[in-house]
Amino acid sequence: MFSDRQAAQPVSLALPAAAPRFAPAAVGSDRPGRPIGWVRGLAGFRSDLRLQAIFWQVLIVGAAVAAGWYLASIATANLAQQHVATGFAFLQRTAGLPIGEHMIDYDPAINTHGRALLVGILNTLKVAAIGVVLSTLLGAVVGVAQLSDNWLLARLAESYVEVLRNIPLLLHLLFWYAILLSLPVARNAIELLPDVFLSNRGIRLPVPVWHPAYGWMIAVLAAGLAATVLAARRASRVQASTGRRPRIWPVACVALLVVPVATWMMLGAPFDLDVPVRDRFAFRGGSVITPELAALVAGLVFYHSAYAAEIVRSGVQSVGPGQWDAGRALGMCPYPIFSKIVLPQALRVIVPPMTGIYLGVAKNSSLAVAIGYPDVVTIVHGTMNQTGQAIEGVALIMLVYLGISLSISLFMNWYNARLALVER
Amino acid sequence: MILEALADRQPPPSSSAAARRTFAWIRANLFKSLWSSLVTLALAYLLLKLGLEFVGWSLVDSVWSVGTDTAGKLDPSACRAARGVGACWAVIGDKYRLILFGRYPIAEQWRAAMVVLLFVGLFALSALPRFWRRELLLLWSAALIAIAVLMSGGVLGLAPVPREQWGGLPLTLILATMGLVFAFPLAVLVALGRQSRMLPAVRILCVLYVELIRGVPLISLLFMASMLMPLFLPMAIVPDNLLRAELAIVLFAGAYLAEAVRGGLQALPKQQYEAAASLGLTYWQSRRLVVLPQALRLVIPPLANTFISFFKDTSLVLVIGMFDLLSSSAIALADPVWQGYGVEVYVMTGLIYFCFCFSMARYSKFLERKFGRPIASR
Repeated sequence: MFSDRQAAQPVSLALPAAAPRFAPAAVGSDRPGRPIGWVRGLAGFRSDLRLQAIFWQVLIVGAAVAAGWYLASIATANLAQQHVATGFAFLQRTAGLPIGEHMIDYDPAINTHGRALLVGILNTLKVAAIGVVLSTLLGAVVGVAQLSDNWLLARLAESYVEVLRNIPLLLHLLFWYAILLSLPVARNAIELLPDVFLSNRGIRLPVPVWHPAYGWMIAVLAAGLAATVLAARRASRVQASTGRRPRIWPVACVALLVVPVATWMMLGAPFDLDVPVRDRFAFRGGSVITPELAALVAGLVFYHSAYAAEIVRSGVQSVGPGQWDAGRALGMCPYPIFSKIVLPQALRVIVPPMTGIYLGVAKNSSLAVAIGYPDVVTIVHGTMNQTGQAIEGVALIMLVYLGISLSISLFMNWYNARLALVER
Repeated sequence: MILEALADRQPPPSSSAAARRTFAWIRANLFKSLWSSLVTLALAYLLLKLGLEFVGWSLVDSVWSVGTDTAGKLDPSACRAARGVGACWAVIGDKYRLILFGRYPIAEQWRAAMVVLLFVGLFALSALPRFWRRELLLLWSAALIAIAVLMSGGVLGLAPVPREQWGGLPLTLILATMGLVFAFPLAVLVALGRQSRMLPAVRILCVLYVELIRGVPLISLLFMASMLMPLFLPMAIVPDNLLRAELAIVLFAGAYLAEAVRGGLQALPKQQYEAAASLGLTYWQSRRLVVLPQALRLVIPPLANTFISFFKDTSLVLVIGMFDLLSSSAIALADPVWQGYGVEVYVMTGLIYFCFCFSMARYSKFLERKFGRPIASR
């Protein structure tokens, strides 16, 4: 691979000098200016770009591999000295790690670190999903508001963006967490809406009690959704061939509203609410949104919606005013102009940078560790403290986030490809 | 219609031209249609209500200082009484030194304050185009040395202060500035490496570095620096917490800046590269004299955005137990006397961050206007 080693050797000495293409007199040649031995080889090296490329690559990759090997060998020695076993066997051990919020059953006395990790991943995914949806919605509203004719609304939206995105996300989180914790205790909870209570233990709200009839309703709703999608596709086909789009809203109305409600009525219209009841010191019943979750979601959404708003604004602005004029010249109303002409073009500009926002929401949800929401980082951090498996723990965190980032990127790239302009 | 009637009933000529113009502006921008008017009225009402409430909370009903009890300890009962009604700014008065300078020894805090002033002065000078010359580099080196001397002491009769005691705003500024100073050259090298067609192995290394770092949160890198680095290095040469955090920040910022720089390298027309090569410039000459000066100008906005988010991200060192501006604010609140006054403290800390980030954002707008003309049109 590297046949010219002798020739390459002096390169490191000669390179800093200003292009010594031929031997300088000092080298000792009897005829100055004529290349001698190794210098001739050097000149060949300097003019052979392919050879240089191989040399530099071998050098850099070699250095990287050597550094990696060196670090790994030291880590092995250090670990052996501290009697830490490597590997992921600790995931099978009982966790003993109390977790406040879990979407799947979890008991620290029985379940393993592996299950705790799963609980953490699910919590992270939950926060990321809520954060992505809410920051998109809020960002779209604020972004469009920035372009409003109404001076007051536009300036307010601009101030929203400027204030929120110039403050660290961690400060957002701590701020909301401080506010939520300074709310009154459960006994003096504020009744926000009927049966919705706000206290320093979070937000208590009533939830419907599960009934088998709901399962049927979900099934019917899914079927209705499929029927609506099929109807919409057929409508597009008919429109393409005849130029006239058949109405689909009656189909949607029946499939998505009438049939599910009828199913519900036929099954006896069950509707029981699990209502929170105020005790002396706490609440019973209902469902709770913990202050940690609420602060995390609020912080993530307010911070990232400011960035999303800027993307939406510049996306809509990128569609020139001529498009609006053209729509009006065709006699279209403002809303169809926006949804059929401006939005499809704006989306092509909006979607790629929006991917960055979604990645940011997913990764920044890791700041949960600062306020104690049990996301994957918090839980793995607890596991690391218990077992001392620092390398494996950090590797697990990185793998989980790499997986999430990759899935978001793949999905958004697929969506972007669908939106891309089909040039005919 | 009422508005039209009002407009017609404007007082006669003397000041009426300006008044009419104002009125026309208000009608066009605030009351253009029924919906617009409703929105204006609703927003005005909300703004007024919230604004009055905020003024009441922060200025009228607020507590600015508290007395001491018989034992000489602070007595926050005045604040407790105003709870939920007015702000308790006394917490700032009591804790501002801890918030601004962390655990830096109180007697030496004038040095930390000098460091902050030096940094601000340095930024302000470097921002003015008339100072963009070679001497600026000398000034930077001198200022950085002065900052290092002021912070750590041990010479010139200054008492030595170990790095574990650095904190507050100086620490935030050091983390951010030094991080950028090292991350930017790294980013340029990586962006060039990612572009190189001659060295595929180097390109793969650069792609791996950028994509791996951008796929994981900064927290995991900080964990790596604080927990794993001591494992991966011989005990004797493990750097202290500050340097390790700085390293994580440099690696993190380097990847994001590299992507921004790559955008500029790709946006530069191919002819620029070819022209440089046909003049006989070597690789580094062409990059230094032709490619980078143009490519970096193209990406001023994304670079500035990365700088800003990276300045904010230095606050994440909180999770590895360092005392930057935000962490020392959180620590000030751990004092049992002042528990529950987080809003006041975070409003102040947020204001400091906002001042820095907002001025960076405005400055990037200015640079964009100065250099913003696309290259192709020249």
